[in-house]
Amino acid sequence: MQNKGITIKELTVNMGPQHPATHGVLRLVLELEGEIIKKCIPHIGYLHRGIEKLSEDLTYVQSLPLTDRVDYLSSMVNNEGFCVAIEKLMGIEVPERAKFIRTMMAEMARICSHLVWIATHALDIGAMTVFLYAMRDREELLEMFEMVTGARLTVSYPRVGGVRCDVNNRFLDKLYNFIEKFPKKVEEYETLIDRNRVWLKRTKGVGVITAQEAINWGLTGPTLRGSGVYYDVRKFFPYDAYDKVDFEVPVGKNGDVYDRYRCRMLEFRQSARIIKQCIEKLPEGPILADNALRIRMPESPLKIDKKDIIFEIYIEDKQIQEFIQKFTEVYASVEAPRGELGFYIICDDSSKPYRMRVRAPSFVHAGVLPKLCEGSLVADVIANIGSIDIVLGECDR
Amino acid sequence: MDTLYIIAITIIKTAVYFGILMLHVAYATYAERKIIGHIQLRLGPMVVGPHGILQPIADVVKLLFKEDIVPAKVDKTIFKIAPIISLTAALSTFAVIPVNKNWVIADINVGLLYVIGIAGIGTYGIIFSGWASNSKYAFLGGLRSAAQMVSYEVALGLSLVGVILMAESFNLTEIVNKQTEYWYGMFLFPQIIAYFVFVVAMLAETNRLPFDLPEAETELVAGYFVEYSGIRFSLFYLAEYLAMFSMSALATICFWGGWTAPPILIKAFPILEFVPGFVWFLIKVYFHIFLFFWLRGTLPRYRYDQLMAIGWKVLIPLALVNIVVTSIVKYYY
Repeated sequence: MQNKGITIKELTVNMGPQHPATHGVLRLVLELEGEIIKKCIPHIGYLHRGIEKLSEDLTYVQSLPLTDRVDYLSSMVNNEGFCVAIEKLMGIEVPERAKFIRTMMAEMARICSHLVWIATHALDIGAMTVFLYAMRDREELLEMFEMVTGARLTVSYPRVGGVRCDVNNRFLDKLYNFIEKFPKKVEEYETLIDRNRVWLKRTKGVGVITAQEAINWGLTGPTLRGSGVYYDVRKFFPYDAYDKVDFEVPVGKNGDVYDRYRCRMLEFRQSARIIKQCIEKLPEGPILADNALRIRMPESPLKIDKKDIIFEIYIEDKQIQEFIQKFTEVYASVEAPRGELGFYIICDDSSKPYRMRVRAPSFVHAGVLPKLCEGSLVADVIANIGSIDIVLGECDR
Repeated sequence: MDTLYIIAITIIKTAVYFGILMLHVAYATYAERKIIGHIQLRLGPMVVGPHGILQPIADVVKLLFKEDIVPAKVDKTIFKIAPIISLTAALSTFAVIPVNKNWVIADINVGLLYVIGIAGIGTYGIIFSGWASNSKYAFLGGLRSAAQMVSYEVALGLSLVGVILMAESFNLTEIVNKQTEYWYGMFLFPQIIAYFVFVVAMLAETNRLPFDLPEAETELVAGYFVEYSGIRFSLFYLAEYLAMFSMSALATICFWGGWTAPPILIKAFPILEFVPGFVWFLIKVYFHIFLFFWLRGTLPRYRYDQLMAIGWKVLIPLALVNIVVTSIVKYYY
């Protein structure tokens, strides 16, 4: 723009990859005109670890701990998704008890993940106190993860064909107590933010995406449901024990930041409901299928060359071999806290996948950021990033 | 000789005032961390001294010994001057603020105008630092603060007009004395609208939540002082806390009756008469300081356009209405 010798140009601001509010290492290049965003370009890839490629060199069992690192805030769901995919591939039937335990754990992970989301989202908008309240409750859940799995964040707990170890009554009691109290705590967060005029002003009508657009962009999870689309993998393609528990899928209306926030807040309560039912209905029985994938040491390790000591999967079962020949590729998805997390696996006759592809909701959601941000103000970028709830580990893999 | 004597006394007064003020500021930072800590289910500083009581001293020592980084491409002169402007402006306001009866450095007759005027100069420090830093985040922070301070200073000034009308004076001591003539001893009750406008504008003037846009941590990283470090950074911090104190003191003097207790309270409990004036003053000031901390622990941050809308569409009309109503009432009674 040329005006009497004065050149007016847009201010290009590089937001990230090191920035307190981009939830990891997202980099946004913003072109500003005053405070208004003219253009927003997300750059990703700062946390790429090559998980998909790595898994091509690892057996199906060995790939499992890698999936923890995909979305490190809800590693349990990632493990579950991977296991569900392999089980579908090999036709392994998971015992009932394991199914319920998995469902329970996945919902715990969902609560954990949503707690981190509400903490950071509120912090971004300026409400500091919610952050510490949410972290307090997350701590209790992480401790419970530790009781069962020995790890707090990267749990690697589900196995192809079941779960690694059984839960005991002490854990169940503790979890039940927590779940009883939890809806009250959610109300506590809501008193801090939901009845706050400032919060409502910052979130209502911001970052609107209509239902049709949301579907076209491939959004899933609460980000899609905030726009009023009723879609949830747990309801539409039930896996594990989701068809045996009773729960509702909260759906928003306007597709703005507030509705996405509202959906997740209601999901807290539904997750608590699912966990409660899982504890009540938890059947007795084995936790691992008979034909589960197991790791076998070579017959006599001492006689083999060091480089040959590789843990092979023990696929003896005829049925499984038939399955693998029948299905050379498989796609299975689970409802991760962020959306539909899918695993697409192409296999050959070896014990390693030929190709594994992770359909990460965060990747799709990061792509929609320009749509949400352009034309709004700088402060809305922060609200939008918070509301689509991306984890860059999952986005870059 | 007489002049020399006055100068010497003034210098001593200023030094004592300054020393006590700095102690209060230091412990206000400690109080903020403790109060917000307890609001957020934390303990706050606990390590340096019992219950972290020596934390402010440790902080000051740390900030003094840190390297003072001046980035290569900044406008060096302005970059260095900016924090000093902020601090000087914040400190100068205290020259006219009476803490007790006759406990004031300069008892000038336009005290209230002086405070508002000097507080306005502090904005320059922020704008300068934002401009001179040669950083986009600092620049945005500086721009925001320019717009914010200009619009909220209007509301702040207008809210005090009601008080001036009632007190018939700009002198802060006069304003306090006038309030004791009423049985409730405070302008807070007749000027409740003005007080509301004042408190909101006060939050915006001092860049505190929910109006801390110039330094919005999650958007602009640290806003205007993003490039500052060491002692220059701490000067900005000091200026912010001093501004909090001066605004609280102004609220206390103009609306809460300064160092006096309400006459009705004294009548009910005669023993309260023996409480020294500055104790009342400090209690009232620290109530406001607590308000700052409390809001910081509770509220999210407003967006830039919403902040402007509140300033121009809510606060200024309210303040104007208050002036009109006060004038009419004053004229007929």
